[in-house]
Amino acid sequence: MSEFSLLDPFQFLNVPLGEWVEAILNYLVQNFRGFFRAIRWPIDQVLDGIEYVLQSIPPLIGIILSSLLGWQLAGKKMGIFCAITLFSLGLIGVWSESMTTLSLVLTSLFFCTLFGIPMGIICARSDRVERVIRPILDAMQTLPAFVYLVPVVMLFGIGNVPGVLVTIIFALPPLVRLTNLGIRQVPADKVEAGRAFGCTPRQMLFKVQLPLATPTIMAGVNQTLMLSLSMVVIASMISVGGLGQMVLRGIGRLDMGLATVGGAGLVLLAIFLDRLTQAMGERSNADNTLHWYETGPVGFFVRLSRSAKGQQPVAKTDP
Amino acid sequence: MTDSNEILSIKNIYKVFGEDPDTAMEMLNNGAEKDEVFDKTGQTVGVFDASFSVQKGEIFVIMGLSGSGKSTMVRLLNRLIEPTSGSIKLNGLELTGLSDAELLDVRRQEMSMVFQSFALMPHMTVLENAAFGLEISGVAEQERHSRAAEALSQVGLGEHGSSYPHQLSGGMQQRVGLARALANDPTILLMDEAFSALDPLIRYEMQGELIRLQQEQERTIIFISHDLDEAIRIGDRIAIMEGGRVVQIGTPEEILRNPADDYVETFFKGVDVSKILKAGDIAEHNPASLIKVNGSVHPFEASEICPYGYLVNEQNQLQGIVPTGDIAGQSPDLSTLQGLQIDRHESIYSDTPLHEVLRKVAEVPYPIPVVDRCGAFRGTISKNLLLETLSHG
Repeated sequence: MSEFSLLDPFQFLNVPLGEWVEAILNYLVQNFRGFFRAIRWPIDQVLDGIEYVLQSIPPLIGIILSSLLGWQLAGKKMGIFCAITLFSLGLIGVWSESMTTLSLVLTSLFFCTLFGIPMGIICARSDRVERVIRPILDAMQTLPAFVYLVPVVMLFGIGNVPGVLVTIIFALPPLVRLTNLGIRQVPADKVEAGRAFGCTPRQMLFKVQLPLATPTIMAGVNQTLMLSLSMVVIASMISVGGLGQMVLRGIGRLDMGLATVGGAGLVLLAIFLDRLTQAMGERSNADNTLHWYETGPVGFFVRLSRSAKGQQPVAKTDP
Repeated sequence: MTDSNEILSIKNIYKVFGEDPDTAMEMLNNGAEKDEVFDKTGQTVGVFDASFSVQKGEIFVIMGLSGSGKSTMVRLLNRLIEPTSGSIKLNGLELTGLSDAELLDVRRQEMSMVFQSFALMPHMTVLENAAFGLEISGVAEQERHSRAAEALSQVGLGEHGSSYPHQLSGGMQQRVGLARALANDPTILLMDEAFSALDPLIRYEMQGELIRLQQEQERTIIFISHDLDEAIRIGDRIAIMEGGRVVQIGTPEEILRNPADDYVETFFKGVDVSKILKAGDIAEHNPASLIKVNGSVHPFEASEICPYGYLVNEQNQLQGIVPTGDIAGQSPDLSTLQGLQIDRHESIYSDTPLHEVLRKVAEVPYPIPVVDRCGAFRGTISKNLLLETLSHG
């Protein structure tokens, strides 16, 4: 043992962070396992529901429905684009795996919006809360996934549900941040106008702040989706199914074909989801004067049914 | 104007911006100046002991340069900014002590605001924007849309209800802002530099629009402006603010003729006097020049000083103008005077702005008579008097 040196005090001063964490984790595992198991339940329900629906739709019907959705949200081009990406997914033979991955991603998105948007709103309203939450968000984004993968397995076991959980941890921060940012960036004069006309805080939120922050919040949703997609590959290490597992298996067996097919599937899915949510974000600040029911397939059928009813005095001609 | 007409009364309002307004208030109560408060506590005094009252149905303009506290002042009225001390009474209701819920009611029903930056909601159509205040008040959709449509047609935008704000020009956007405020049918309209962001032509047009709306509806309007010409054009009375204080309150003529201090005087320096003052404001009434005719001629002194005599009847109506030199001492009867009087004499109305009478005054040899709208004689304006008045400005 060397002498105490002021220049290098850490030979004597140290915090056994690792031991503490281990102790806490052991304590939690021994005493609160039931509690953590209970958390699985809601995630399980949502995941099962979504996966059941997605897997039971025949691929062709799925492609048609998604294309119609794309058309409705962002016009005919988007509809065709959706059809092409999804059709390619089927062609390379990963339809079923894609649907599993999609259901994982959508489940994580569901819980992210459920918690992320309210958290963002609270952050926007109180600087103090924001100061507390920001470092937590930083940690969630930068902590390597492997660090919390193990504790999650110890607490929740393996399978799709803990996979969704780690995905939520990783994908939640951008939504909170962008919701917060979107609300804080609402121009002060609009907020003042709201106050001058007698808005309650609740009316201010729903009639002024949230509508004006929608494009930013949609950007947050888009980011959350992309991060979720990148996380499902890592989550496949704890036995999460879908495209991620194809990639992992391919790497494990040095089967580059399998890995590439899985990877290509992920990219196609990512492009599909990215364009779709971006279109939704642009739509919310678009300058079209038409109502949603006057455009897309819905508008098409509405017009069709109107003309089928004959020469009723519909003065409304679409510009 | 009587006190019963008073709708808004502001007494000794202070606003201190800073962490510790109590200390600042104590210093101010002990006679400290705002600079002293800033040096010692680092707090800014936004409004300093402002008191004024606004009458029902008038356009009251609060004017000052930027930083004079005028925008703060108008926000104190609907408590978008909380006053530090003082009292604001609306129809006898003290606003400073209201609870949150009562304050919301006041903002929804009594006061509406129009903003310099328009502050329209980009995600709503023009009609929805105009109905915004009503929506906040919980008015049912059908009623609020019909009321908003009515307000839009008042400002001449009846056809644009389904457009979005960004599709309109600046002037039209501010009309929507005005319609949004009018749809609430407020007791008082607060306009914070409402036309300052518009280009001069549109601004002039909007001022005319505002004057027209005010004449139709007898609404009380508090208008903030840094533009003196605008203040003079639309304002019934003007309050001039400097450094958080109200330095002078009065009609444009009063302030122009009798500025409270150097600041106000320099403010009015560049103003075209001939546009503010009216013929009636400067007309001189010299009893010696009057000749009363009432069937017969009343005795009068045709003096050397008054080269022209003005014939008025019993009701003080101007009948004609006689050069007194021609009478030459004799005491004429009515027909002689009528024979002597100048053919087709000119006269001007007392409410004509000076810049419109210049030509007439120059053209006729006699001091031009000024009559009010009922035809009653109010005095005369000579060339000398006019030149003297104009050179003063």
